[in-house]
Amino acid sequence: MIEFLVNGRIEKVDQVDPNLSILEWLRTKMRLTGTKEGCASGDCGACTVITGTPDHQGNIRYEAINSCISLVGSLHGKELITVEAFQQETGHPVQRGMMEKHGAQCGFCTPGIVMSLIALHANKEATGQGDDQLLEALSGNLCRCTGYRPIMAAGRQALVQEWTPEADHPAAALSSGTGSPELSAIHRDSITLTAPDGPRYDSPVSLEELRELRRAFPDSRLVAGSTDLALEITQQLKTLDHLISVERVAELKAYAREGDELVLGAAATYQQFHKALCDLWPAFDAMLERLGSLQIRNRGTVGGNIANASPIGDMPPALIALDATLVLDGPDGERRLPVEDFFHGYKQTDLKAGEFIHSVRVPVPKTHEQLYIYKISKRLDDDISAVLGAFRLTVEDGVVANCRLAFGGMAATPARAPKAEAALTGQPWNDDSVTAAMTALAGDFTPMSDVRASATYRQQVAGNLLRRALLSSGANPGEPLMVTDYA
Amino acid sequence: MRKLPLNTPTPAHSARGLAGQSAHHDSAWKHVSGQARYIDDLPTPERLLHAAVGHSEQAHARILSMDLEAVRQYPGVVAVITAKDVPGHLDIGPVFPGDPVLADNLVEFIGQPIFAVAATSHDAARKAARLAKVEYEPLDAVVTVEQALDKQLFVRPSHTQQRGEPDQALSEAPNRLKGEQHVGGQEHFYLEGQACMVEPTEDHGMFVHTSSQHPSEVQKLVAEVLGLPIHEVQAEVRRMGGGFGGKETQAAPLACVAALLANATHQPVKFRLSRPDDMVQTGKRHDFYNTYDIGFDDDGLIQGADIMVAGRCGYSPDLSDAIVDRAMFHADNAYYLDQARVVGHRCKTHTVSNTAFRGFGGPQGMMIIEQAMDDIARHLGRDPLDIRKLNLYRPGRDITHYGQTVEQHVLTQLMETLETSADYRQRRAEITAFNRSSPVLKRGLALTPVKFGISFTAKHLNQAGALVHIYTDGSIVVNHGGTEMGQGLYIKVAQVVASAFQVDLAKVKASATRTDKVANTSPTAASSGSDLNGMAALDACEKILEALVAFAAKHWAVSPDEVSFSDNQVIIGGLAVPWETFIQTAYMNRIPLWSSGFYATPKIHYDPETGTGRPFLYYANGAACSEVVVDTLTGEYRVMRTDILHDVGRSLNPEIDIGQIEGGFVQGMGWLTTEELVYSDEGRLLTTGPATYKIPAVSDCPPDMRVDLLPESPNREATIFHSKAVGEPPLMLAIAVWSALRDAVASVTDYRFSPPLDAPATPERVLAAVTASQAWLNEQKETA
Repeated sequence: MIEFLVNGRIEKVDQVDPNLSILEWLRTKMRLTGTKEGCASGDCGACTVITGTPDHQGNIRYEAINSCISLVGSLHGKELITVEAFQQETGHPVQRGMMEKHGAQCGFCTPGIVMSLIALHANKEATGQGDDQLLEALSGNLCRCTGYRPIMAAGRQALVQEWTPEADHPAAALSSGTGSPELSAIHRDSITLTAPDGPRYDSPVSLEELRELRRAFPDSRLVAGSTDLALEITQQLKTLDHLISVERVAELKAYAREGDELVLGAAATYQQFHKALCDLWPAFDAMLERLGSLQIRNRGTVGGNIANASPIGDMPPALIALDATLVLDGPDGERRLPVEDFFHGYKQTDLKAGEFIHSVRVPVPKTHEQLYIYKISKRLDDDISAVLGAFRLTVEDGVVANCRLAFGGMAATPARAPKAEAALTGQPWNDDSVTAAMTALAGDFTPMSDVRASATYRQQVAGNLLRRALLSSGANPGEPLMVTDYA
Repeated sequence: MRKLPLNTPTPAHSARGLAGQSAHHDSAWKHVSGQARYIDDLPTPERLLHAAVGHSEQAHARILSMDLEAVRQYPGVVAVITAKDVPGHLDIGPVFPGDPVLADNLVEFIGQPIFAVAATSHDAARKAARLAKVEYEPLDAVVTVEQALDKQLFVRPSHTQQRGEPDQALSEAPNRLKGEQHVGGQEHFYLEGQACMVEPTEDHGMFVHTSSQHPSEVQKLVAEVLGLPIHEVQAEVRRMGGGFGGKETQAAPLACVAALLANATHQPVKFRLSRPDDMVQTGKRHDFYNTYDIGFDDDGLIQGADIMVAGRCGYSPDLSDAIVDRAMFHADNAYYLDQARVVGHRCKTHTVSNTAFRGFGGPQGMMIIEQAMDDIARHLGRDPLDIRKLNLYRPGRDITHYGQTVEQHVLTQLMETLETSADYRQRRAEITAFNRSSPVLKRGLALTPVKFGISFTAKHLNQAGALVHIYTDGSIVVNHGGTEMGQGLYIKVAQVVASAFQVDLAKVKASATRTDKVANTSPTAASSGSDLNGMAALDACEKILEALVAFAAKHWAVSPDEVSFSDNQVIIGGLAVPWETFIQTAYMNRIPLWSSGFYATPKIHYDPETGTGRPFLYYANGAACSEVVVDTLTGEYRVMRTDILHDVGRSLNPEIDIGQIEGGFVQGMGWLTTEELVYSDEGRLLTTGPATYKIPAVSDCPPDMRVDLLPESPNREATIFHSKAVGEPPLMLAIAVWSALRDAVASVTDYRFSPPLDAPATPERVLAAVTASQAWLNEQKETA
């Protein structure tokens, strides 16, 4: 059985199919229909709700998430807030702003937009409240009617207004930051959710339990944020028989500096480790801002992005360029290997039966090291990469002492470009060397054509990204080199 | 009634929310609080079943056999039907035949429904529908416009509009250019997917809750597939979660399938499409292949034009005849073509039948002449804006290639105003200087006009009905044939009614569109919603007013011209009677407090035989100036600023009109930039969801966006309070973005070469244009 709060009221759920998304559960079991299904794939945001997750220090983190690709089992011990919490006449400043600025036309995406903005409003002290924060908060909410300008205007107006709900408001906890008292009464132990006809969901809280479950059920599927896995349920209509969630295992959520490495727990979400990683390697900042949407980054994890082994995952090429180390855990104990060696072929990895990803160890920068990460996609925000280039170079006295050039979208796995690396290593870091490396790069990959890009474009852009890196390294501070930094 | 409600008169004050004021959308609070109900949110009737269809996996094939046993056996399945189970008409083509509700024997696109399932859950119906075993005999499939043109495969005959002697003009012109372009299609991506819920009635009829722009057609087609008289079927539309043309004809097949299943099971049936099913099974904007051959003098003035537009219609006619017609009507956009020929082809392909989408072919037609404008400018070394302004319709050069005279010349002044307010010339100089010193990033600028004809080109659709009731507490309900899809039609019509009686808008409510309230309605389409339904509602109000004035004159013994309505009161001679008191008095004196109203658009006609006439009552106008920045290493770009000046006549609701303009612009920008429909060579749509099909997101909206309504510009025609339609025209303002992208790329050759740039101009296509421009430069160097 699982327990959680819905708009301030305790819910206990048992005997429910763990393949059910939070959205489906809300709409069909609770008949709370304010939350909408626009795509059931986490791309449109009409289903946005807020979850409050308590941490071990007793703080609670309120986040906007896509309820359409979050599984009902993930709600245990959390607070779920839906638009139905905001149906009192006075309204939230976000709702008043949306009305006054004509921010809704057909209204279908609106509950999701309202929830995204309310989440930002609740976190505004921590995140700031400028246009950048608004754009980030809305990056996962598609509106087909308005063109967004009035929604931005509504957000600007709402963020400078305070919201002071009555104590009995269904979402009152949102303004206090401490969570509802009922939440602390829910146990923090492992849970199992099963459906009458079989499918099962385990959510262990210790590494030991996780190892034990993996040993007992080697065919089970591991799940963290389910931002990709849930698509098998909602898009491919699969029923997943046994899921083991890693998201409540404290060791896997941790991220911390250990010596000259930053250790990212496999179940740490992008949003959680963003700052720690970007403080170390600022090049990640622009890429992570464009990796999915805020709703996705609130749920997606680094371990999931690696284990998924997609050729177009955004973290693996960067981790390969950095020569990061993967820590795997399982029945036979811990083992380590370079991230680069983890990928065997399309969606095939080195993960053995019963194993799971424990963490990834990212080296800290050394002197003369430069890192460039460039994501290329059809749309700037919330789009899957056509090509991602990640380049780590050590340039000493104008010469490339060594380099690791890794790409996503160019082969069946994220991969390095050995010929281009060889062409560049030991050469002066200048236009001639880069031109030679671009020529060599053509021999490294034979990319494919698909819906995102043609092989020709991928090949051409991959080379041009090396040129961009060269230009960046010589650019004056503040000089725009990409359309994303052109103001 | 025996007893009147308590009379609580509104204190006299200027009535609030009348036409011309920016009243909020009638559902604004319900939208922001999640209380607005869409089809899937309605309380479910008992024993509700859920529908799904199995669809063709072949683009063109004969069905040899269909084994549905596994579908029937799937847990929860209650009924499975095929074409053979349709008691009435199988064909539900909206204008011409060609759309079987379930394919019978022959399939003509991947995604065509071939059987339908009703099950106890949405999930069970969808899973069961995947279990059919179907044997096909594949036939030759035609996927692209070019293939169809090669094979001369059309869903409807080609059509030509010609004025004068274009061939002679072209051969005699001092300059002559030819060009071609591919303009991509577009998925509507209404956030609410197609949905309906059908309940059997006590008379073996059906009540249909539908998310449709055309409830009367849903009603008629459901009656036809069931073999019932139309009066046994009623349809209701409260609101849609977006339509954009995608729910004009495409909602009806769902309602028909649900009604067939409800008929087979005697249970209510809900049918909603998942996003990928919606994208695969329902029609989209037509993609076009267009060519031009244009002759012009040394100033760039057009002397003759030969234009061909060819749209991919898909497997059936649907609305394609009128859509390609509209592309032809707009192949001139805002320019006088002089001696001109415009040929339009309706290409048949084995892909989903393409359908209405905001602009209805007009945008695709405009694209070819706007490409020509840029090309002429590059050829002559002129600023494209000068060429555009030079060729605008003006007195003396004011007759279109189809014979309609442009009577209200708005665009010259409008474009000059925008040119000034957007600082076009100064920014042009700055951008040219920037581009000369910036090797990688290039900026582009363009200012383009829109002239869009308003009226359905199918004349009989230009009619509307309305029903206005005043109740005995003074509250009013208005019902009309128009549907609400977010565009604010309900509030605009309510404002018309409030204005007619000069009472607060709060007293007026627009109720759900229902076929048993106003009959035989036209689709809410062609931007006509407020033009048609506003006038019909006003007609109803005027009939009531006539009776009320006659009553007041008699009752209070004054002359009728001493009776007037203002500030929530009725002024009768020297007496001011509160609205509510007056209404109760009228009721007690047995005066009718309700009426129907009707409107038929005057003046319009078109003869397809000669290709001439006056298809439009008037034109809506606007212009946009967009600035972009392009990365010549990757083809990535951003739209940095857009200024828009748009002509809505005398606005019924300025904020709602601005919402339509901004929303239309951004939707058009998506169509021309990131929204790419990709089909495999076999005709399978590969972009079936928002993960691969990218509509604009919030950060794609220009950070600097300045939108103004053209002031002091009442419609010269007698439209509702002299307003102009606003639904579709702003979409084409986005052509400025596409032209600005070309402008940025043209800077690579110092504006000497007009780079080819098909739409959508994805980063990949922009980079290809950069590469073509660099190749042109290299060629020049080699020949020099």
